[in-house]
Amino acid sequence: MRLQYPTNIKIIQLPCSGRVDILHMLKSFEDGADGVYVAGCMEGDCHFLTGNFKARRKVNYLKGVLAALGIEPERVEMFNMSSAEGPRFAQVAREFTAKIKELGPSPVKKAKAA
Amino acid sequence: MLKKVTRVFDENKRFSPEYDEKSTQEIAADMVIKAIGQRTDLSFLGDKSPLEVSPRGTIVADQLTMATNLPGVFAGGDVVTGPWIAIGAVAAGREAAISIDRFFKGEDLAAGREKMKLLPEDEQDYNPIPKNIEQAPRAHMDFRGAEDRRHDFAQFELGLTPEQVAAEGERCLNCGICCECYQCVEVCKAKAPAHDQVAKDLNLNVGSVILAPGFDPFDPSIFETYSYSKHPNVLTSMEFERVLSASGPYQGHLQRPSDGAEPKKIAWLQCVGSRDINHCDNGYCSAVCCMYAIKEAVIAKEHSHEPLDTAIFYMDMRTYGKDFEKYYDRAREEHGVRFIRSRVHTIDPIDGERLRIEYATEDGEAKAEQFDMVVLSIGLQTGPEAIETAKRLDIDLTKYHFTETSSFAPVGTNRPGIFACGSFAGPKDIPQAVMEASAAAGIASIDLAESRGTLTKEVVYPLEKDISGQSPRVGVFVCNCGINIGGIVDVPAVRDYASTLPYVAFVDDNLFTCSQDTQAKIKNAIEEHNLNRVVVASCSPRTHEPLFQETIREAGLNKYLFEMANIRDQDSWVHQGEPEKATAKAKDLVRMAVAKAALVEPLHQVDLDLTKAAVVIGGGVAGMNAALNLADSGYPVHLVEKTDTLGGNARFLLNTWKGEPIAPYVEDLAAKVQNHAGINLHLNSQLTHAKGFVGNFVSTIKTPQGDLSVEHGVAVLATGGHESKPSEYLYGQNQAVVTSLEFDAELKGDPDLPKKMEAVAFVQCVGSREPERPYCSRLCCTHSVESAIKVKENNPEAQVYILYRDVRTYGVREDLYKKAREHGVLFIRYKLEQKPEVAANGQRLTVNAIDHVLGRPVTFDVDRLVLAAAIEPNQVKELAEAFKTPLNAEGFFLEAHMKLRPVDFASEGLYLAGLAHFPKPMDEAIAQANAAAGRALTVLAKDQIRVGGVVATVDPSKCSVCLTCVRTCPYGVPKIKDGAAFIEVASCYGCGACAAECPGKAITLQHFTDAQILAKEKAAFN
Repeated sequence: MRLQYPTNIKIIQLPCSGRVDILHMLKSFEDGADGVYVAGCMEGDCHFLTGNFKARRKVNYLKGVLAALGIEPERVEMFNMSSAEGPRFAQVAREFTAKIKELGPSPVKKAKAA
Repeated sequence: MLKKVTRVFDENKRFSPEYDEKSTQEIAADMVIKAIGQRTDLSFLGDKSPLEVSPRGTIVADQLTMATNLPGVFAGGDVVTGPWIAIGAVAAGREAAISIDRFFKGEDLAAGREKMKLLPEDEQDYNPIPKNIEQAPRAHMDFRGAEDRRHDFAQFELGLTPEQVAAEGERCLNCGICCECYQCVEVCKAKAPAHDQVAKDLNLNVGSVILAPGFDPFDPSIFETYSYSKHPNVLTSMEFERVLSASGPYQGHLQRPSDGAEPKKIAWLQCVGSRDINHCDNGYCSAVCCMYAIKEAVIAKEHSHEPLDTAIFYMDMRTYGKDFEKYYDRAREEHGVRFIRSRVHTIDPIDGERLRIEYATEDGEAKAEQFDMVVLSIGLQTGPEAIETAKRLDIDLTKYHFTETSSFAPVGTNRPGIFACGSFAGPKDIPQAVMEASAAAGIASIDLAESRGTLTKEVVYPLEKDISGQSPRVGVFVCNCGINIGGIVDVPAVRDYASTLPYVAFVDDNLFTCSQDTQAKIKNAIEEHNLNRVVVASCSPRTHEPLFQETIREAGLNKYLFEMANIRDQDSWVHQGEPEKATAKAKDLVRMAVAKAALVEPLHQVDLDLTKAAVVIGGGVAGMNAALNLADSGYPVHLVEKTDTLGGNARFLLNTWKGEPIAPYVEDLAAKVQNHAGINLHLNSQLTHAKGFVGNFVSTIKTPQGDLSVEHGVAVLATGGHESKPSEYLYGQNQAVVTSLEFDAELKGDPDLPKKMEAVAFVQCVGSREPERPYCSRLCCTHSVESAIKVKENNPEAQVYILYRDVRTYGVREDLYKKAREHGVLFIRYKLEQKPEVAANGQRLTVNAIDHVLGRPVTFDVDRLVLAAAIEPNQVKELAEAFKTPLNAEGFFLEAHMKLRPVDFASEGLYLAGLAHFPKPMDEAIAQANAAAGRALTVLAKDQIRVGGVVATVDPSKCSVCLTCVRTCPYGVPKIKDGAAFIEVASCYGCGACAAECPGKAITLQHFTDAQILAKEKAAFN
């Protein structure tokens, strides 16, 4: 379909969204990410049965951690989409980018720069 | 001075002007330009040549052999014909050459030769020319003005404009077949066209033949009134699939073919070329169209940017497959697909683009609607080549050109050793076709058991290089993918950038990294530059990673020393408008891949022995067939049946839908099972525990003689289902109300029972397709129609009613529906919200329903009310827990993939068959049982199973035995062993959930370690 989305999206492949660790996401912010999202299978369709539920739980937990650190919790999200949903993938990429742009650079980056 | 011409051509229509010398005219001119003709120059012959020359000054030669009057002298071309076309001269030269050859050999010049003639039209070899093509005028080129061109001899024709050239190109009828001009080879960068490939005859010695020639989509051109061949916006469902496809003509964007506008309204017409004996001979239902039309409508809605209206015009909605009814419900209620029960007669084109459909609503009201596109849900039929193949192989076909099969051997044909599967054996959907394919393989294995493995070849890889202690030396190969990447991304810049990255020892860029010569280049580079890691920046690892892993294995590297950067699907394709940013991102992606590559380690898979034995649970027809198939293929089987009798539901059935009596078959089957030396039968037994993994299960079977521990490599779960007990229509309160199976039992006891009855009614969907059981039980429509025919055949005077919601006699079963109607069975449709009402009336029953044709209540009395009760799965909770096999919401076993893996469980080595999967008639249960056996044989036939690779491993020194992994693993793999968590390599699926959750970081997922993921993540930013 070759649907266009912004170039700032960089994908890190994992065998299952359940593999994502809170540490991975936190490190991303430390290294300069302005936003992180996890794209997993549709709920109920996880190839490994329940990995996407685990990912969502971790993302929700991380939102709390970010808030406590003074980072906007909206900078991390979990999205469910099937591999057949190219349009949804592109849409999420566009919308998430737009939201992060609205939020501006991550406070971590600002703090590091200061 | 000009002379008057009296004749231009002679009687042979050759140019030979004659003049009237007296009629002349004088014109004053500044310049005279002569238009010069041609004639032969025979002066070389001299005056006394004996060669015969015509009065026109041409040499006389035989038209066929080109021989002149002088033996040994031949002539051809313009010297014989006078001025003529070049190709005629070429032909004459070739004919003369043949003659000269014969002349030297002393052969007859003319024997067996005849003048080449144009072939009759039906033998001419050209692509068919569409009949409805519009005539377009030829392009006319402009000339220079007369004034301008009188002063010179420069070309006066100005040529065609680019637009005219394009228009002329459009006029091409594309009638030509390949003329071997090799332009395609020139233009294809991948050099894909291979003109040297020719058909070859191969003689193969085989033990079995499996025919799977598939189907041809029905051609709806014969329906004049559907305007299919006239109107671009009338498409077949197959064409619409392409419209929706990302690789289709519109790259997956929903658009109207006539003008590219996004459609706002699309209609589907069902049963085009199916259930139709007026326009074609396809009396059968094509079995798949209802479901695909719903799917197309839902996907079209998803693809559309604007709200899209979709309407499906149908006769009966046949969503009889597993979870199909739920999909139908969702399409109607959540997606808003409109379902209109009406057979449409005509599609009228109006204005340029739109189409008008007139139809009658269920209330009989005439309506008309306009649509932007109409999709014809075309049926499946056997193609002419498949029919030809069947003839050649002496395979019997039915009147509908499907293979003649028995319900008891659903993939068999009339010839032993030749099997058929897929839509050649009757129209069917993908899961069913996949099942039959595995079934054919399973059955064929019986005959091939002795020669198994005798013709297999093993790939030999070079010894793996030991890279331990070596610093990473990464080779980076950047792919242009033709112009897919190179057209957007500056590939040489990415390549040069890669050479600056840490550990990179070699870089290169390629036109197609996946091509064979590039594979050789990669292997050479590994050797020459002593590379111990390889990164390919190209397309998706999903499609190409295995190929590149294979390449590096061939160069002696462990296949896990490989990493891919997807700079096509994730970059050049999706950032086409921003080439600079895309190039920058490609560099980022390469940097990320190199960062991970530097940290990847070789992983070694381990080969384990396996137990070549099977456990089959369930002694019904499915279980018995699976057990026999496995045992006949040479593997010992434990067959576990919880009751004291083999046969299951089949013991209560009278005959198959094709009319074959079931009792003798089941008796014979049970006898075979009981007497088979390879089958260990456990009656009154249940499997209570199972541990282990594919190839190495250990199960406990509770038998009347005590618990038995059994080692086995695979298990087939065929635990069956049963007819549910209805809770409505006075069932259980009135003896005249019975279920389908109970009615079968009555007929079995007294075949003349119908003679004692004046009227019988059948009620369909009793307990099915309702909120508490939202699935279609698949077999009841056929069962009731069959029983209704039985009643009518025994007592033609009896009134027989079938109260239904949709008649789902799918596939060739449609013939039974037709037969029932011919016998005078009355079909009365009811709606879920207006179910028929039944009241006791003495010995009889009074039924009240709304007649769908009259739209009015009808009341009639019957002697028997037969309820098509829903089919339910048997209770298998304990067994499902023992094997950790998932169940769906209705209690049926859940297969690994609904379409592509219909007999496998997600866990390897476990298979399912029969009613435990979903309600199905006996022929399909047998096919699925053979399929399960076929799938199980893929494991049993191996000498060893390979495990490991991307799996989780535990560092026992870090494990605090908190049991987090035990709770996290969706497959229950981690166990506590020797004071720490232990993960069995063969059982691990490699999802990494445990690694992510382990609080002590004692668990590592190989190839996706924290260090590797974080290195990649860090590289994303600098």
